[in-house]
This record gives sequence, structure tokens and C-alpha cells, in this order.
Amino acid sequence: MAITRADVEKVALLARLQLTDGELKMMTTDLSQIVTYVDLLAEVDTEGVEPMAHAVEVSNVFAEDEVRPSLPREQALANAPGRNERGYLVPPVLGG
Amino acid sequence: MSLINSTATEALDLLAKGQITSVALTSAYLQRIADTDDQIGAFLRVDADAALARAAQIDQRRQAKQPLGKLAGLPVAVKDVLCDSQTQTTCGSQMLASYRPPYDATVVARLKSADAVLLGRTNMDEFAMGGSTENSAFQLTRNPWDLNRTPGGSSGGAAACVAAGMTPLSIGSDTGGSIRQPAGLCGVVGLKPTYGRVSRYGLVAFASSLDQVGPLAANTTDAALLLEAIAGHDTQDATSLDAPVPRFSAEIDRPLTGLRIGVVREHFTTGLDGEIEHAVRRALDVYQSQGATIKEISLPHSKYAVATYYVIAPSEASSNLARYDGVHYGHRTDRAELLDELATEQKELESAGDREALKNIDNGLVRMYRRSRAEGFGPEVKRRIMLGAYALSAGYYDAYYLKGLKVRRLIRQDFDAAFQQVDLIAGPVTAQAAFKLGEMAGDPLAMYLVDLYTVSANLAGLPGISLPCGFTQSGLPIGLQLQAPPLAEDTLLRGARMYEQATEWHKKKVPI
Repeated sequence: MAITRADVEKVALLARLQLTDGELKMMTTDLSQIVTYVDLLAEVDTEGVEPMAHAVEVSNVFAEDEVRPSLPREQALANAPGRNERGYLVPPVLGG
Repeated sequence: MSLINSTATEALDLLAKGQITSVALTSAYLQRIADTDDQIGAFLRVDADAALARAAQIDQRRQAKQPLGKLAGLPVAVKDVLCDSQTQTTCGSQMLASYRPPYDATVVARLKSADAVLLGRTNMDEFAMGGSTENSAFQLTRNPWDLNRTPGGSSGGAAACVAAGMTPLSIGSDTGGSIRQPAGLCGVVGLKPTYGRVSRYGLVAFASSLDQVGPLAANTTDAALLLEAIAGHDTQDATSLDAPVPRFSAEIDRPLTGLRIGVVREHFTTGLDGEIEHAVRRALDVYQSQGATIKEISLPHSKYAVATYYVIAPSEASSNLARYDGVHYGHRTDRAELLDELATEQKELESAGDREALKNIDNGLVRMYRRSRAEGFGPEVKRRIMLGAYALSAGYYDAYYLKGLKVRRLIRQDFDAAFQQVDLIAGPVTAQAAFKLGEMAGDPLAMYLVDLYTVSANLAGLPGISLPCGFTQSGLPIGLQLQAPPLAEDTLLRGARMYEQATEWHKKKVPI
């Protein structure tokens, strides 16, 4: 299936990626080519076939409901690109 | 004889008898790395001081007759995809260039408690996405058999360092062939275990329903030894299988009697290189001469495996990689540049009077995500995130993702039916021997099709192994792939060992 530049722009927003003009162009070509190949799946008769999300369909794996220490705050924040002593810092969300 | 010419199993025996020390063994491998890795580029980081300190500590404990783990004193290289609290874990990405995990992956913890000596971190395609290691953000890795060619990928560093004798043992990960394909292209043994056999806790996620960690080594016995050390149930990974782990290495020399080997009709269609087909057929003759029955079988949905994989794997990747948001860890874009960019855009839209675009302009946080991810990820990772986001997006979910999951079941059912008739399936690992560096650049689909023979095992959750079965006229290794039913790693390894015992391919050394 052909993918348009507008499709790619929309998906780039969903995927939280900022793409340059060149990347948008390349991505439109590449994704069209790959999706056209993947369209091969349409010819398979999958009527009544259960989707298989996992190779080993283990279900109901329970952990003991007990209190355990979690990652200490200092360690959890150690790799943060922006932080103060208590949490993560991000750029302003409202009002630029 | 130089220490690095012993197998891991032999070295372990020499260590146990006190005939060599771990310091001597580790030094010999570090020397080999120093001598050859500037040509090959298998390692991203070599931690010589820590490795030697660890080796010395193990030697001391041995002298003091203290109990030791099952890999005590043996060097192991680790693909840079597993968290280790004592070193960076980059996953071959600028996104994680300075990431220091706060914990150890279960596999890393098990290697440490087995008293292995961790040599360093091996190169890989960024986030394990690729089949040539050329997608690493940091460096190229070259095939030790021909420096103009790729070692394969994504565990290219892991395979190249074993092939070049820089380590006896190496850990890789395999989502669509990333252990078996580089093992095949580099002429070493690589095993992808049954899904759930080895814990994924602390493995940087690519496609969680397909990812498995596994061993690479110069021979099957050494691979079995390493698998024993890392396999087994882990409560930290809910998909980990609660199944006993046999002592694979103790049983491996026992040949399988009445072995039935399946050969997949669809594997020998157009596209398979003649020299590879010849080598694989010769391998089947070897099995036949050992009393195995060869039976032609069909996996009717195998032609859909690559398409299925390139729907499911990118979908899972787009979801898994959403965590790299520039907030919690990993790369973040420059704040001043970000705010500047937004202000400029806003001004431009205001002066153009484009109200619609003004309304839709990213807020600061969204733009921070988008810029951070654009700067941190390389082209292939972006391509797969986009592909996955597309396949999961409204309107396409049924046609792609859900369809892929249904075909995945049909692929698994083909294998279940085949394994009613045969014990192992044998065939090629790849259709071609190692390709030239840069040969596939700019053709992502051609690169994806390299995974033709390997992706099915991941989709179906089966164990598979790649082992050397010959060389092309130009001296490039050829791999034989064996696949087995879930949890039949013992059969897989014993079957592989039968072939290895009858042949000398695995003993051939690289020209470097």
C-alpha cells in the first residue's frame, strides 16, 4: 500500500519523533516499500485463527503479595537528564 | 600451546586442576584483544582492570579452597544490551551513550555468581535492530574472515570476538536471528534458546515476545556450558519458564539414536546460494551416515514469516521504545535550543496568519520528546518505530498487527505438525555468506529478507542453533541451522554435537 507524506507526518507525531524534510521523504519511500511487502499477509486465510501474542502462552503468573523495597529514589534519579533532589524536571508544558 | 587455543571446557578443567590461573587466561585473551580488535572492532569497551582484578580474586578463592561457581575464572564477553550496574549499557545507541543501569540483568547476575570474568561489552546494531552491526551508533565491526565484510548482526561483536579468539564465551541476544545469523557468518556456534528459557530481566527490550538471550562459543560443548549458567526460571520475568535446566554439557557427547531430521522443502527455493545449499546437503549426508533419517517436510506458511515478523517486531519495538522520552534516563535535547525553535516557529506562523497550524504546534514537553528521540535514535530505529506505530495506528491495526498475530499462530502450527514427524529441522542459517560492508545500505527491505531462515524460530518460540558446516570458495564460513521443539535444547545440542564430532569445520582458525 502506498503511504503518503501526510501519513508519515501523522505517524511521526504519534511516535513522538521529529523528522527532517529529508527523513520524511526517505521514510515515505521506505515505509511504502516495506508495507507493500507486508501486504503479502492479506492472502493468508486466517478465518477463525486465534491471534498469538506470545510464543509461550503462560497465563496467571502471580507474585507473592509482599512488601519489598523498591529502587531508592537517588538511584532512580541518577540517570535523569534534568532533576532536582526529589524528582524529574521537564520543560514547561503550558504557556511556552 | 597458547592458552587461548584451549576450548572453554578445557580451560575450565585446567583451572580446576590448578594448572593455569584465571589471571593468566584472562591476560592471554586481553592480549589477543589488544592485538586484533583495532582491526575488527568487536568490543565497544574492554574492562581490562576490572577483569584482571576479578580473575585474581577468583584465583585466590580457588587457592583458599573456597566454593566457586560453574564458570569460575572463564572470560565471557557481553553484548551491550544487558544491564550491568558496574558498567555503562549503551545498546549501540546515542540514546543510552552514558546510561549506567541501577541494577544487574538476571543473566549478568548469573554470570557473576558463576564466577565468570566479564571482559567487556560487544558491539551491536542499535537496539539490536539490524543484521550487520552497521547500525551501531559507535563503530563498525568487521568479519574476522574478511575485513571488508560484515560479521552479521545484531550480535556482530559477540560473534566476531569469538571467531577471532578474543574470548572463549560470549553472550548475545536474538529477536529474529541476531545470535544465529552472525554466528553463521563468523563461523562460530550460536544458540537461541526456547522463548522463556533464559530470563529477559534487564535485557534492554526490543520486541518482548521474541527477544531471547543466548550463548555464542567456538564449539557446541562450550555453548552448552554457557547456556547452563544463564538458563532457568526467574521470578523477575513473568514470561520465564519454570522448567528444570538439564546439564546440557554433561549429556552432549551422547549421540541421538533413531534421529529423524526434517528438511524444509521451502528452504531450498530460489535465492539460496549454491555453495550454501551444497554445504547444507553435505551436512545432511553426514547425519545420514550416522544413522539419522532425513525426511522432507513442509512449513507451508514459512514464506510469510518475514512479513509477519516485520509487523510484530516493529509494533512491539514502537511500544517498548516509547520509554525513551528524555525524562527518566537517556539523551535529552538542549533546552535553550528547544525553546528557541518553538518560539521561532510560533512567530513564523503568527506572521503568516496560519491559525490552524498555530493551534497544533507542539507544546514544550511534546517537542522535548520529539527532539530528544530524533537526536538519540539512528535511522533504522526510527524506521522501525515508525513502521510499528503505523501498524498499530487506528485503521491499520486489524490489517497488520492483528493479521500478523494470526499468521504467527499458523507458523507455529506448521512447526507443531512438523515435529510430530521429526526430532530436528536442519537447513541454512542464511541464503548468502557474509556480505560486504555497505552492500545493503539504503535498501532496508533487502536487509530484512536476510532474516528469512531465522525469524520463524522467534515467532514460534523455538530453540535454534547455528554451527559451522563449511566455507565458500572465497573462504567465508557457512552455517548450518538446527531447530527443535520448545525446551528441547538437549536434543538440539546433542544433535549439533553429533555433526561437530564428525567434522573439523569448527576447528578452522581465522587468518588474523
